[in-house]
Amino acid sequence: MYSQGLTDAKGQTEPADLLAAFQAKIDREEKIEPRDWMPMAYRKTLIRQMSQHAHSEIVGQLPEGNWITRAPSLKRKMILLAKVQDEAGHGLYIYSATETLGVSRDQLTEELLTGKAKYSSIFNYPTPSWADMGAIGWLVDGAAIMNQVPLCRTSYGPYARSMVRICKEESFHQRQGYEIMTVLARGTAAQKEMAQRALNRTWWPALMMFGPSDKDSKHSEQSMKWKIKRFSNDELRQKFIDATVPQAEHLGLTIPDPELNWNEETGHYDHGEINWNEFIEVIHGNGPCNKERIQARIDAHDEGEWVRAAAEVYQQRHSNTSKSEAA
Amino acid sequence: MMSDLNQTVLYQYLLRLGDSSLTMGQRLAEWCGHGPYLEEDVALTNVSLDFIGHAQLFYQLAVALDDEHKTPDDLAFLRDAHEYRNPLITELPKGDFAYTTLKQYFIDVFNLNLFQGLKHSQLEPLAQVAKKALMEVKYHLKRSEAWVVRLALSTDEAKARIQKSLDDLWFYTPELFEVDDGMRTLVDAEVIPDYATIKSSWQERVEELLQKCELEPPESGWVATGGMEGEHSEHLGYLLAEMQFLPRAYPGCEW
Repeated sequence: MYSQGLTDAKGQTEPADLLAAFQAKIDREEKIEPRDWMPMAYRKTLIRQMSQHAHSEIVGQLPEGNWITRAPSLKRKMILLAKVQDEAGHGLYIYSATETLGVSRDQLTEELLTGKAKYSSIFNYPTPSWADMGAIGWLVDGAAIMNQVPLCRTSYGPYARSMVRICKEESFHQRQGYEIMTVLARGTAAQKEMAQRALNRTWWPALMMFGPSDKDSKHSEQSMKWKIKRFSNDELRQKFIDATVPQAEHLGLTIPDPELNWNEETGHYDHGEINWNEFIEVIHGNGPCNKERIQARIDAHDEGEWVRAAAEVYQQRHSNTSKSEAA
Repeated sequence: MMSDLNQTVLYQYLLRLGDSSLTMGQRLAEWCGHGPYLEEDVALTNVSLDFIGHAQLFYQLAVALDDEHKTPDDLAFLRDAHEYRNPLITELPKGDFAYTTLKQYFIDVFNLNLFQGLKHSQLEPLAQVAKKALMEVKYHLKRSEAWVVRLALSTDEAKARIQKSLDDLWFYTPELFEVDDGMRTLVDAEVIPDYATIKSSWQERVEELLQKCELEPPESGWVATGGMEGEHSEHLGYLLAEMQFLPRAYPGCEW
């Protein structure tokens, strides 16, 4: 159920006065709301970005869900359950916010399951050890926060508002991840090794979460103008590195980048080149867990089909009964 | 009177409460990321979280009774199957959504009646835990009962699945109400409620629902028993192997 705004505007030039008024509104830092006129490309960009975000929350349940039944203490089990539950909740908020743009959750789900829609590449990496729960919280949620805090001020009202609550929860997630890493890094040699290996696995994929470098980012310029984005991919990535390196030092763990160096002149850390081939491969379905992740979602969807059908039939019968009773 | 209580009996009873909650929570947690709806995914995880929280509270009461300086985690992660005291129904595999839902419903009705009794316990800390848990159990039951009705009175497939679950689960329910000599002393001391009363309230509510849903309990089957003596099904060993792996593989570590 794409909105009329999308189909009608196809192939037509959008009126210059509306475009100018729209941009002026954005420049005045006023929020765009669902009923406001918006350029088709703005709507499309938001649907793409927001649905990718929602899908990432949903697929993101899986790598951490992998350790819920094996969490090493009752406290850790409860924290991890609550965290993964938060992710599902974030998915729900953002799907709802995306629906305000005239697209249904069913359609978005179908796009995820058929591979048409993308989600964050990070969730296509495996979580073979408990320490990955720490590394994900610390680095993946840490990177997500860098991306998402500016989104609290993004120009589209429903997205901005949903991000305010999500960011509060993400910050708790990041802290619990760092705390897991702290306990492991100060634990036995075996625990420390577990933590180091998880850092080695997660570091580069976490840097890739900020997207392609600015020179290769095809969506960035227009998104900045529309204030959907407020910082470039490389700016956010640098901010993340600068914040994270001292944290790793504090843990006594080594970031797996021999070229990582503090640069007095720029006031930032220099870092090695990201393996963009790997990034592109993972984005295009060739990461270690792409197939498993999507298959898990397809299985959940297929196995839940009869449940959803039952609920729908019950709902129909029930509302018919209520109506006839009322009559 | 409370000081006369046999501490071993009370300890074993608290383990029964804690182990039942933990195994239920562990099974429900297996649904995380795999529920039929996002909303149900969140709900199943939420209920799981409550159960594990209850387990921790019961274990806290248990460890306070011994002087071995054990922790709730020691009880959860360092006991083998024969030391677990839950009834067999709570350790059964998660099954499909109908099976999970019906099992949940049976336990929720049981817990509602049990905790309503326990909140009047002469053992004040136990009464407090029961009061807290009761608030959550009411929500659990509201949800599981609504789903049993929804599945039973909708499509043929859902009806067949919930009936099959009833066939498979029914004879696991009598064990919930088993009472041994030790528990009778707790009933006499008004630490725990009379299980015969819990049983009749349970039967009344469950039978009414089954009738409304046009579901038929099976006529015969193996009647589960053994949990109170640590005699479990084959499933508990695997549940524990998975759950206890880290503390067993890396003894003495903090996490």
